[in-house]
Amino acid sequence: MALVEIRDVHKTFGKVEVLKGVSLDVREGEIVTIIGRSGSGKSTLLRCINALESVDSGEIRVEGRHVHAKMPDLKQFRQRVGIVFQAFNLFPHLKVERNITLAPLLTGRIGKSGARALAEDVLTRVGLADKIDAWPEQLSGGQQQRVAIARCLAMAPHLMLFDEVTSALDPELVGEVLKVMEAMAKQGMTMILVTHEMGFARNVANRIVFMHQGRVWEQGPPAKLFANPETPELASFIASAK
Amino acid sequence: MNFLPLWRYQNQLIDGAIVTLELTVISAVCGLLIGVAGAVALKGRITPLRWLVRSYIELFRNTPSLIQIFIIFFVLPTFGLKLPAFESAAVALSLYFGAYSVEIIRSGLDSIPRSQVEAGQCLGLSGWQVFRHIVLPPALRNAYPAVTSQFVLLLLGTSLASQVAADELFHVAGFIESRTYRSFEVYAVICVVYFAMAMAFKALFAIIAAAAFRWPRRR
Repeated sequence: MALVEIRDVHKTFGKVEVLKGVSLDVREGEIVTIIGRSGSGKSTLLRCINALESVDSGEIRVEGRHVHAKMPDLKQFRQRVGIVFQAFNLFPHLKVERNITLAPLLTGRIGKSGARALAEDVLTRVGLADKIDAWPEQLSGGQQQRVAIARCLAMAPHLMLFDEVTSALDPELVGEVLKVMEAMAKQGMTMILVTHEMGFARNVANRIVFMHQGRVWEQGPPAKLFANPETPELASFIASAK
Repeated sequence: MNFLPLWRYQNQLIDGAIVTLELTVISAVCGLLIGVAGAVALKGRITPLRWLVRSYIELFRNTPSLIQIFIIFFVLPTFGLKLPAFESAAVALSLYFGAYSVEIIRSGLDSIPRSQVEAGQCLGLSGWQVFRHIVLPPALRNAYPAVTSQFVLLLLGTSLASQVAADELFHVAGFIESRTYRSFEVYAVICVVYFAMAMAFKALFAIIAAAAFRWPRRR
């Protein structure tokens, strides 16, 4: 059974149908990269997976359970699914440590005595142990994004979603974030990414999903997809992304 | 000009100033609680409640505070609710301060981007936890300057309570004037006292802000 099962999902914003029947399976431990032009529905699809957006029809299942905004254990579900955003979304009024430990403490995952150690542990994994007492505003964009990843890791998620997490970064800061994600991939984390980083998609992902006009247009292993795109839309997208 | 006749009334002046402070602080605390609750209601989904809060704000912001105090002191007793002068003024000024606070705090809440709420929800926090730990602290910081200047207006506005004979500073001044006939001197003195209290509060608010809002501003 796939960890994430997406079946014929439709989603409309106002008069615009953003998702026109998307189906997709993601197995445990798989790294799936969703690529496509802006407006192709990839970010919306990602946000549907943890019920930030509701779907109009179709069904999304994660770990076999139907995901929707009114599910009774939505909070528990979201603790198992981490999401990292383009704009980092760190809490500006909390130091790095508190950014990380707020949710584990409030949801009872850990007690007060274990908080500092947890923050140190996940910060070490993103290479920022020395920033534990910094304010988010004192960090570079790349560092903020790594803290955002650490904040998710502190909840020990089963699945990580990345929504264009390097798009807001200066080019020289992209690498440090990708490196952290690559390390997570190696440790077997199931990951679904929306990204414009073709290098990362090519080298780290198990599968590329090309979305076009609200549909999964083409998908397959990166080597095959990049070398021999079957559809002219993907061929032109790859050419323009280079 | 002769300030000497006022000297023997110094205790009354001090007592008056204390009552003014009490009235200000009580009304401010109650008003702020109204402000937070009202702002939450305004952002909530219960339409009749939103309508009620909206009416309350318009009513209290578009009528004279003096009349609000009079209505509570003179009119409510005819419906069986009789409050002493100080309490009447405190209720009226709380409602007055609350009406402004709702709008100030609502705009503070509106200044927090939706993405902050989403980040909290995605970590599995409840609506209340997101509000209390993620939205409210930065919202209060953004609302703080407006709240404090409204607070000073409230401090000065407590002089209206003299009209229902609450023993605050302005009322005491009237009493002293009637005894000494030293109008200019009396009002000069309490003017200085009001000014000093306002400046002291401003200094206090700056200290509180420095302690409570320690995180750096967005660049």
